[in-house]
Amino acid sequence: MKNANPLWKFFCSVKLTVVLLLSLAFTSIIGTVIPQNESPDAYLHAYGAFRYQLLSTLGILDMYHSWWFQGLLLLLTINIVVCSIERLSGSWKLIFTRDPKVRPERFANRSDARTLTDKRNAEELVKVYEPIVARRYGYCKVTRSSEGAVIYGEKGRLSRLGVYIVHLSVILLLIGGLAGSFFGFEGYVNIAEGEATDTIRIRNTGQIHRLDFQIRCDDFSLTLYETGAPKEYRSALTLLEGGQVVKQKDIIVNDPLRYRGINIFQSSYGKLPPEKMPRTETPALGPAEAYTLNFTSRASGMSYTLTAKVGVPVDIPEGLGKFVLMAFEPDAAFRGMDVGAALKGILTPAAGEPVEVLLPLKFANFDKMRGGDVIVSVANQAQEKFTPQQSTEERYYTGLQVTRDPGVWMVYTGFILMIAGCFVTFYLSHQQVCIVIEQLRKNSRVTFAGTTNRNKLAMKNTVEKIFTAMTES
Amino acid sequence: MPMSSSQLLSISTFVFALASFFYIAALIFKTPRLTLPARWAVVAAVAITTGGILLRWVESYQMGIGHAPLSNLYESLVFFAWTAGLIYLFVEFKYKNALIGAFVTPIAFLAMAYASMSPNISDHIQPLVPALKSNWLIAHVAACFFGYAAFAVAFGMSIMYLIKARHPDKDKGITGHIPKLDMLDELTHRMVLFGFLFLTVGIITGAVWANSAWGSYWSWDPKETWSLITWFVYATLLHARLMRGWEGKQIAYLSILGFSAVLFTYFGVNLLPGLHSYGKV
Ligand code: HEM
Repeated sequence: MKNANPLWKFFCSVKLTVVLLLSLAFTSIIGTVIPQNESPDAYLHAYGAFRYQLLSTLGILDMYHSWWFQGLLLLLTINIVVCSIERLSGSWKLIFTRDPKVRPERFANRSDARTLTDKRNAEELVKVYEPIVARRYGYCKVTRSSEGAVIYGEKGRLSRLGVYIVHLSVILLLIGGLAGSFFGFEGYVNIAEGEATDTIRIRNTGQIHRLDFQIRCDDFSLTLYETGAPKEYRSALTLLEGGQVVKQKDIIVNDPLRYRGINIFQSSYGKLPPEKMPRTETPALGPAEAYTLNFTSRASGMSYTLTAKVGVPVDIPEGLGKFVLMAFEPDAAFRGMDVGAALKGILTPAAGEPVEVLLPLKFANFDKMRGGDVIVSVANQAQEKFTPQQSTEERYYTGLQVTRDPGVWMVYTGFILMIAGCFVTFYLSHQQVCIVIEQLRKNSRVTFAGTTNRNKLAMKNTVEKIFTAMTES
Repeated sequence: MPMSSSQLLSISTFVFALASFFYIAALIFKTPRLTLPARWAVVAAVAITTGGILLRWVESYQMGIGHAPLSNLYESLVFFAWTAGLIYLFVEFKYKNALIGAFVTPIAFLAMAYASMSPNISDHIQPLVPALKSNWLIAHVAACFFGYAAFAVAFGMSIMYLIKARHPDKDKGITGHIPKLDMLDELTHRMVLFGFLFLTVGIITGAVWANSAWGSYWSWDPKETWSLITWFVYATLLHARLMRGWEGKQIAYLSILGFSAVLFTYFGVNLLPGLHSYGKV
């Protein structure tokens, strides 16, 4: 190492890399175990005041943005930069030379060098051997001297750049990420059908941000599968600047709208509150202490009628598990659809996870849809059939995610470079072979060896093949 | 009645079991002859699984909810087993050592058995929710599972390495039949390189997908973070090999640590909260 500065040396070491990468791996675990960026109330409730204080001081509640986690990333960045400069300056000449310097003794002295003697003289042998090398190696050079000749071949020299491309890509990702968090934003806005707005709210801080154009939601539509699971959310959007339409597009999840560096994504939706939307009243039972429920076993077809008090578990016959009634809700929603008054409960089957069960009073067959081993329903209720596709006129609002990330092109460049760099590094190699021919008095002595910077096993085979070709010619 | 994809995949579970049984018997009773039926069993299992996956794809179109069979835990486990089997066959063909199979086919078998038999995993074909309708998602899942399967094969070889390393020169008994240490080390390394490349592609396609669905390519949700942890562990392994004194055993331990991280990314994360609900049962 020409530069003796101890700090430089410290940052050159691969040992430091190993330590940093392992530290990053282990500390990253913390943030997956302790929920991040929750409200202080939630933390106080879960951990108590003292531990909340402690975790908050250590930055663990937003650990991926804490000074010490970012510090580890910074150390890694310096490590990569210093190490790459050091190594690249060492191998620059080797990689970019037009006329590589050949040191035959480096090959001839290798322990795996092969030798043979041949009656022909050096010049005749060069004529035979040169095509063998030239066929396999893009670069092939013959040097003649009074003692004999040297045939040198190499290929894949540029593949040595692969690692630097990988390391450069890591740096691009880090810078791109930083640029995004400093100069970008991530916000959201809810827009009712038919309305327009130019203000959004920034995600973590809750600040208001004004766009220089308006977003209008012309229509929102929701399609469901037969099972009631959502199939597609679609918002017809129009962008307006000074009253002029500048862009129109239907967006769905995975197909956002992009305009002047700002991206608009479909992220949620909802129904407008009742005062904005006239609704037919459904006659509903009020909340009560206890309800009469029917439990139907799918296996036996038997139906059992039991009385359930709110909060008290009941055992379902046939060993089908337990059911706890949780609450009465006057205005329940199922996957965003209004289902009217309903009971909520938790069913714990004999085997498997507890599931939340919704029992709309209007629809007796509702729980059949869930496909469980036991079907729960409320006894003595109106027997209306549940149809997932609702026909009544309803007004929705669309929930949009609005983001700007000026670092994203750098990150994507980093992605491409990283994949390309890894491929080059792992699957291409710099191979060199050298045949040294010494002209003796009556015959010639030939030494042959090859080296590579990776995949030595494959190189061994290549050397074997070339040597066989040499002996047979 | 025509056979359903679930039935076909149950059969391939059984054939994977048969292959594991032959390989392990060959290893324990030192009867190399048994590796021949074992190899054909793996070929058959991979072929049947291929059929099962394709049939499932067709079935989903017949149901009117057509999508590539890579959308839930059941389908990803089957894909994992299929890839592990395929990679193993390649290794056996290229390096001509059948006993590696004793350490790899059981992993594929366990994945299939877990997928078909666990009461918590549904083998129903489910419609895709809007967020999962993306070609990036297919690339993402396929690349990740190629990577995971390569890491599984590396894991199997690392276990062999540690067994062999206790008596490297013994040429009798089980250890005598295991390939040489430097070959195992080289093979582990090759597998890790392959896995690292695919995990990298997997994480990147996942980030691109997230960016097209939610507008941010990285949000530190637990599943993302755990795949990054896995990536860090294998990056550590690659760099540790460049340091003097780190080879063989230490690399084998790191490869085992890396595969533990893979398993946690795959199963453990479902115990934590997050966006990747398609992995949940
Ligand atoms: C997340 C960060 C990093 C990633 C993804 C990464 C990736 C890689 C990869 C894929 C290789 C090729 C491995 C192989 O040949 O088997 C490599 C090699 C290397 N890395 Fe890194 N690396 C990172 C950080 C660093 C850092 C901080 C250093 C600083 C010392 C470093 C130093 C090296 C060296 C010296 C090599 C060997 C180059 C050679 O073979 O000539 N890496 N790196």
